[in-house]
Order: sequence, then structure tokens, then C-alpha cells
Amino acid sequence: MKSTSGNAGGAQKKKMNGYVGFSNFPNQVHRRSVKRGFNFTLMVVGESGIGKSTLINTLFDTKIFPDREEMPPSAEPIKGVDVTSMSADIQENGVKLRLTVVDTPGFGDAINNEEAWQPILENIESRFDAYLAQENRVNRSKISDNRIDAVIYFIKPTGHCLRVIDIEFMKRLHTKVNLIPIIAKADTLTASELEQFKAKILADINYHGIQIFKPVSDEFDDPETVAENREILSKIPFAVVGSEKYVDRADGTKVRGRSYPWGIIEVENEEHNDFIKLRQMLLRSHMEELKDTTDMVLYENYRTQKLLSMGHVQDNGVFREFNPLVQMEEEKRTHDAKMQKMEAEMTAVFQQKVHEKEAKLKQSEEELYARHKEMKSVLEKQKAELDDKKKRVEATARPITPMEQQATKGKKKNIFSGF
Amino acid sequence: EGQDYVGFDTITQQMERKFLKRGFNLNVILVGESGMGKSTLVNSIFTTHLVDSQGRRTAQEVIRKTTEISPVTQTLEENGVRVRLTIIDTPGFGDQCNNEGCWVPVIKYIKDQHAAYLARELKPFRDRIINDTRVHACLYFLNPGSRGLRPLDVEVLKRLTEVTNVIPVIAKSDSMTSDERTLFKRRVKEEMAFHRITTYPYANADDDDDEDRMLNNSIRDLIPFAVVGSEETIDVDGTQVRGRRHGWGVINIFDETHCDFVHLRNFMLRTHLSDLIEVTAQRHYEQFRTSQLRQIKELRDQQAAGAAAAGVPPGAVATQPPVAPLPHQPVAQV
Repeated sequence: MKSTSGNAGGAQKKKMNGYVGFSNFPNQVHRRSVKRGFNFTLMVVGESGIGKSTLINTLFDTKIFPDREEMPPSAEPIKGVDVTSMSADIQENGVKLRLTVVDTPGFGDAINNEEAWQPILENIESRFDAYLAQENRVNRSKISDNRIDAVIYFIKPTGHCLRVIDIEFMKRLHTKVNLIPIIAKADTLTASELEQFKAKILADINYHGIQIFKPVSDEFDDPETVAENREILSKIPFAVVGSEKYVDRADGTKVRGRSYPWGIIEVENEEHNDFIKLRQMLLRSHMEELKDTTDMVLYENYRTQKLLSMGHVQDNGVFREFNPLVQMEEEKRTHDAKMQKMEAEMTAVFQQKVHEKEAKLKQSEEELYARHKEMKSVLEKQKAELDDKKKRVEATARPITPMEQQATKGKKKNIFSGF
Repeated sequence: EGQDYVGFDTITQQMERKFLKRGFNLNVILVGESGMGKSTLVNSIFTTHLVDSQGRRTAQEVIRKTTEISPVTQTLEENGVRVRLTIIDTPGFGDQCNNEGCWVPVIKYIKDQHAAYLARELKPFRDRIINDTRVHACLYFLNPGSRGLRPLDVEVLKRLTEVTNVIPVIAKSDSMTSDERTLFKRRVKEEMAFHRITTYPYANADDDDDEDRMLNNSIRDLIPFAVVGSEETIDVDGTQVRGRRHGWGVINIFDETHCDFVHLRNFMLRTHLSDLIEVTAQRHYEQFRTSQLRQIKELRDQQAAGAAAAGVPPGAVATQPPVAPLPHQPVAQV
């Protein structure tokens, strides 16, 4: 066996001698995904009457959006932007697709459109949140993915640079969704006007740093795909025309298109508009990439932002195995240590308090003793004085007549009251 | 010419001669969002490049934050008749996210012109010929594709129709098929009736004769005019045609089956031109004048009442010059 050493992550490149068969793997993946079916969620944004419903119905050749009913004129103002979604299960060549289209009626229609993108942004983020919640569930076997895979933004064919509302909207959404701006009602512009208009739009987009979805080729693509991608890229932003009706051409054939007094514009004619390119990019070549980018890039960025803002910290340590017994013992040990520490502390404190109290008691005892001595000495002094006085009184004593007795009683009283 | 011929029928020729000498003013204001085709339409109507588009051309250009008023005056001459044509563009109108009040500078400009005229009329020594800057017509540009009138359109039209002659048009109507056009026109007329918005031409019950009335009715049916503008002439089978060339067909703006351009041009210039000027003077200007003078009178009554309360003799107040400060001050006296 020949062997050529390569440096692809330490693995050697080896050449095989016969057919093994693992190249059949993509087919197996294909069969499994076909069985499972796909889903695709598209959002359309643009002012009323710009052709959103018609384009969607034309793209999928199905009446996903019904005809708008005519409402009588009313004095009620538009109530802001609504976000509504319609789903359809469509099938082609055995491949089942659950298509969801999210409409945004009311965008840009009011006099004041300053917060028109807010409900749309909230809707996109709430879908991310729903997915995040499902990912964090205990049982993750069934996750329903209704994240927005692409937003088609309809630009009015003014011929001038982008309007304020276009720029503001795209700036706020380009990091959250795959943004695909298209020029609506392209039959208004001649070929040269369109060329200039596209250049102006791209200049505006670059100037404001807006990221739009672009097909890129990498080294693994075959030259056919590379050429295709380059062709698609050259037409961005697509100038499209939609039509659900079939019209008769001069030669009698029926085509989807719009009939004017001066001619018929054909939806599927690449020389008339870029509808074919849009359909190709959106459905035939880059649908998977749109979903992939949504999942791997846009959603991940959103998730990171959200978790960081919630206070999670990135822990790059290897996840240690969870063993309950070991953990319990560890806990017990730490707990015991803690207990011992507390006990020691408490005894120390107790001792200290005892000492303090003893000292205090001693001190007061001494004080009391001192006071006692003092009082005793005072008392003895008083007693001595009294004895003295008594002796003096007895020395000058004569027999006491009853009248003197009475008088001395009084005097005695006075003597005593003299103290 | 018999002896019974008096000759006063030559007055029309005398008037014509005077007109040729003096010329006249025509002032038209264009109101609509950027990119609706205002400049192109005006340049198509007068078959000359009169105004430049004021749309934003490069990414570095700053986006206007308010509605600007930019009048451009030129003198055109045709068969000896001179017209001083002023086209007033309104760049910035309706271009913001928040368009509340974007109509205020427009209404103010129109009223200012009425006020300027009034001020000059009230002077003791008047100029023999007052230079008429009053707005004679307003072309209001509707958005093709919307169901009908947008909320902004309703608000602005209500106010505009009170001060000037409004002619609603759809400029880039080559994006609508004939059916869509009919539906849109019907819808717009319904909504204007609902919101009581009256556009020019007005229904004058008394002084119109049958011919005029029929013409006005047919004009009213066409409103809003679905037009296409073009400054280029293209070659169609050997003939030079003013129009637009698409990959799927060529639009000839003078072809009545393609668009209403011819009707609009004839209506504005060939049949109703003098009527536009007259109606501006008789209806809109008079309304303005009446309301202004009434306000002046009220002001003066208030002042007199105040002065009487303060004990000043009423005679002193009455000798004030009649050109008291007008409640609506004009910005510039042209």
C-alpha cells in the first residue's frame, strides 16, 4: 500500500487500492433527511402593495397568501406592524418541505415609522429564545425549529439611494438574520437605470456596514458551482417581478407575466428580471446554506450574547465526572471540619468570657470590702463620740428631780436632736 | 365690415397683445417622496430640463432631516408668449422614518405667498403690477401599488386642498397594468370622497357651460393622472419618440393607450391654464384674505377694548395704518 504522509492534524493521507464504499455515506444522509423532511422559514418585509404576497406565491408556485380583500375606506389609522405567519406543507419529487412564510403587514405604512422594526426584531429573537429553551430541556429528542432562515427585504424602485427606513431596518437586523434585499417592481426601471440603482444600493450597504447574504465559493466547490455562484453574486441585489397570472404571448404561448399596452414582461425570462436567480439562490442552491448559517453563526452569536448577558462565565475546564458517593463523603468531611472549627471558636470565646466575669467579680468584691471597712470605721467613730458625750453628761449629773427629769427628757431629746 | 360693425370684438386681440407684452407667472409646486419621478415629469411636460432631481445620489450624501423648499424660476417663451415659470420642489418630504409634520414647510410656503400678495395689496401705494408668486397648482405624487391613499397622503391632501389647487398624479405608472390602474384610480376617488378631499377642477354649478362641464367631468374621471415621464427620445421604427425602452417593450409617453401624460399636459397648459391662475386668485387667495382680515379686525377690536379699559380715547387706535402686523407673517417679500 502506498502511503504519502500529510500534515492534516497529525493524520496521514493514505491512498486506497480498491473500492471500499464509504463514498456512499452522503447518499445515506440524503435518504435519511428525505425521510425526515425539511422545514424552511422565510420572512418578507416591505411596505404595503410592494408585491410581497405575489412574489411568495410566484416563488413556490402555490397560493400561500390569499388575495387581499378590499376594505372600505376607514378613518382608523394603521395600528403598527403585525407579524403573522402562514405554513404550507409542499412536496416535490418525494421531498417534503414545511414552508413557513412570516408576513409583516403595516411596516412602513404609517406616518411615523420610527419603531417599525421593533416587533419584527422581537419576533426573530423570540424564535431564537424558544430554540434556546428547547436545547436546554432535559428531553431534547424533539426540537421544533422555527427560527427565521432568511428575510427578504423589498426595496422601492426609486432609482435613488436607499431611504432612511431601509437603512435603519437593515442595520438592526443584519446580525440576527440572513438578509436578502431585493428590488421590487423591477418593471419600472430600464436596464441602465437598474444597473445604476443596484450600484447605488450596494454602495449604501457598504457605507453603512450592512451584511447581506452572499453566495461564496470555497476550495471544495467544483468549477461549475463557482461559476454559478459568481453569476448569482453579480446580480445582487435581485430586481424581481412577480405574477400569479398567465398571459398570452404574441406567438400564442402562455407565460407567467404582466401584460402592458407596450409589451409583456415575463417572470421567468432572465433578460427581463432576476426572478430566476432569486429562486435559484433561495431554493435550488443555497437553501441549505441559509439554514446552516442561521444555525451555526447567527443563532450561536445570539446564544453567546444572551448567556453572557445573563451572567454565565465561560468555564473551559474539562467536565469532571459526577460520582455521588465521593461527593457525599467530601461534603461530610468539609462539614465535620467546619463543625470542629466552630466548636474550637466557641470554647475560646467561652473561656474568655469566664475570665472577664471572674475579674469583674473580684473587683467588685474588693470594692465592697473596702466600703465595709470604711463604714465600720465611721460607725466606731460615732460610737466613741457617743460614749464620750455620755460620760460628760454622767459627770455633771445630780439627782434628778421629777421636774428636771422631765426637763432633761426634753433636753436629752434636744441633745440627741443636736446630732 | 359694414357700418353696423362696432368693433368691440377686437378686445380679445387687444388683450392678447397686452399679454404678449407683459407675460404671466405660473407657479407650480411638486409634492411627493423622493424617487417618485417629480423632476422627470415636469421636465417632460415642458419638454426642457428645468429642474434637477434632488434625490440622494451617493452613499456619502447626508440624508435630509426636514422638507426643504427649493423654487427655481425660468422664463420660457412660445410663439411670442412669455411665461415666468417657477417650479417649487420639496426635497425631503416623506423621506424620514417619522414623517409627522413634514407637510408644515409646504403649507407655510403656500400661505406665505398669499400673505406676501396681500401685504402688497394692502399698501397705500400699490405697484401697478404685483409680481404674482402665489402657487397656482400643486402636483401631488401618489405611490403606485399601494391600495389607495396612504395615511400620509390623507393628512397632507386634506391640508393642501384648502390652500391651493391640487392635481393628484401617479408618476411612475409603468409599473401598473391597465386593470391595476383602473382599480387604483377608483380606490383613490373613493377614499378622497370619504375623507372629503376636493381636488381641482372644482365643480362650479353656475358659470360653467355644457362644454366646460363635460370637459371637467372627463378630467375628473381620469384623476389621478397615471403618467410616465421621460427626458429621452428613443427611436421606434424610424420615428423619434419620447419614452422609455424596456427589454419587453417601448413606452411612448405621448401614446394615450400607454399613459395619461397627454391628458395631463393638455389639461394643465392647453385648456385650464388661465383657470388655474384665476381660481387661485378667486378662491384660495380670497379665502386666505378673508380669514386674515377677519383676524386683523379681531386683533384691533381686542386692542381697542384694551385701550378703552385703560382710558385711551378710541380715536388714537383707529388712526393706526391699515397694514397692521399680519397674523401670518410672510418669510420673504419677493
